[in-house]
Amino acid sequence: MNRQAAGWIVALLALVALPFVHRDPYHLHVLVLILIWSFAYTSWSIMGRFGLVSLGHGGFMGIGAYVTALLWNHLGVSPWIGIPLSMATAGVLALVVAYPCFRFRITGHYFVLVTLALSGIVLQVITATRDYTGGSLGYTPQRAPSGKGLFALQFDDKITWYLIALAVWIAGLVIWRAIDRSMIRHAMEAISEDEDAAAAAGVNVTAEKLKITLISALMTALAGALYCQYQMFISPDTVSGIAVSLQMVFAAIVGGVYVALGPTVGAIITIVLAEVLRISFGTKAVGWDNLVYGVLLVLFIIFLPKGILGSVIDRIKSPRKPSRGHEQQIVPIARR
Amino acid sequence: MQSFLNIFDIYLLEAVINGILLGGVLALLALGLNLIFGVIDVTWICYAELVMIGMYGMYYLVQVFHLPYWAAAPLVILLVALLGAALHFLVIAPLLTAPPINQLLATGGVLFILQSFATVAFGIDFRNLGIRLPVLALGEMNFSYARLLSFGAALVGMVGVYLFLTRTFTGTAIRAIAQDRQIMPLMGVDPKRIYLVTSAIGGGLAGLAACLLVLQYDVHPFVGLSFGPITFLICVLGGLGNFIGGFIAAFVFAEIISLGGLFSDLEWGYVLAFAFFIVMMFIRPAGLLARRS
Repeated sequence: MNRQAAGWIVALLALVALPFVHRDPYHLHVLVLILIWSFAYTSWSIMGRFGLVSLGHGGFMGIGAYVTALLWNHLGVSPWIGIPLSMATAGVLALVVAYPCFRFRITGHYFVLVTLALSGIVLQVITATRDYTGGSLGYTPQRAPSGKGLFALQFDDKITWYLIALAVWIAGLVIWRAIDRSMIRHAMEAISEDEDAAAAAGVNVTAEKLKITLISALMTALAGALYCQYQMFISPDTVSGIAVSLQMVFAAIVGGVYVALGPTVGAIITIVLAEVLRISFGTKAVGWDNLVYGVLLVLFIIFLPKGILGSVIDRIKSPRKPSRGHEQQIVPIARR
Repeated sequence: MQSFLNIFDIYLLEAVINGILLGGVLALLALGLNLIFGVIDVTWICYAELVMIGMYGMYYLVQVFHLPYWAAAPLVILLVALLGAALHFLVIAPLLTAPPINQLLATGGVLFILQSFATVAFGIDFRNLGIRLPVLALGEMNFSYARLLSFGAALVGMVGVYLFLTRTFTGTAIRAIAQDRQIMPLMGVDPKRIYLVTSAIGGGLAGLAACLLVLQYDVHPFVGLSFGPITFLICVLGGLGNFIGGFIAAFVFAEIISLGGLFSDLEWGYVLAFAFFIVMMFIRPAGLLARRS
């Protein structure tokens, strides 16, 4: 166990030291993107692994990005205050939609479609209020005057962004791990098996589901706000809507939703694939990355529902006698 | 003031009627999706993308191969029906015993595939048939023939499916298997064949919708996203698998979009419709007409 802890610390130090050794700005840019999206995918998998498949996360991400940027541009509110406010907005929205869903036992297909409506609403509101948000043309937070970069959370320096994204990504993994080891996990697994039985065993079904949804929504909004501050450009299609929601589901499932680093593996695969195609084929590659994603998603759901990392870890741990611990993890993504 | 009210009423009436006409096509889309859900218990998230492929089919047959519209339409319906059957055979059939969410997500993958296939194969330009149907002026109100034709054809299509389901053996078997999937194999019905036939019919309805929508809207790879979500919401609001509920919900939604668009931008019509849907989910979680189980 100590060796494992030592391994983690070495890996962590290597990640922190990386930008000071390897300064290639393009590579750092890709790494920052991977870290931010990994964090978003991890947030999705926190509830997705318990069968709460949400297609509303595109909405939460859009709120995180747009509320932060709008507060900064129109009211001059620093993102240091704006980001918590945007997270709170996403959290309130999550609770408003999720509470009745859980209270009235809307599960399975119906939950997916209600959350789909949610991300549809966010996308349409952003497009409809084009006088403030720029509509589908996108939106840019105003550049802060020089010297006030910290106040505006705008840095030209890629290393700073890398360290911020790394810290947030690690925080995401820590939250994932904390939930994995907490009572919430057992309660949620019981709920995803059979809600009535779980309720009979004394699990407060609505409260447990709400907790997990709230955590997930807050984290997703943070990911959206960070993405906005880093890219300095957001458009409804890149941070909100159904396509983004599906992208989260895709990456999380391909990487593996039942292991902590699964969504990260999913993010690495999707972003590296997109960048490689973009560099080698240029504008001719438009569409090809999604074509590959789509085929992979279908193949993975049919043949490897535990994702790449999940399946690899299973292989390594013990090919012959699967341990009880991981047997419990073979929960299908959802049951009815 | 009086004249202002008069104009306003004409616009209101026009919006109401346009809403009904829009509702016809939405009801057709909802019917296909409901049929598949009711029989196979699967939600095709990529349903609107099948329609998109059908719209491209119409574009190529009419604009590139210069077929007349009436000859191209049956070919497209057949093409999308085959696509529906292929989708079932390749993606859904291997997942029939998997959790339903996995099936839904797999069709989400197909959505990606079809969208990006269209992007790669056809490019991202907006295309249209180049057929401009005249506008019917009724008093001071204007209705496009395209909408009237769509509405009529959608109704004919729905009646056709209804007759097929009630008057033929296969149709009866489809309805029976929707009621009890365990017992039907014992009655000599092959569920695999029924699923395939149902998927083909669902695809065919998407093809019909494509032929009608292409008269009113331009085609581009992401056109599915503009009416796909609304179709799912209609089905859920009507109760997944409930044909009559879906039919009513389609007109309710169409009116909300049409009237919301009258008072403000079209997007706000959609926002209203989505919000209405979420509120209705809490009031009647299992659909408009459902008995609460």
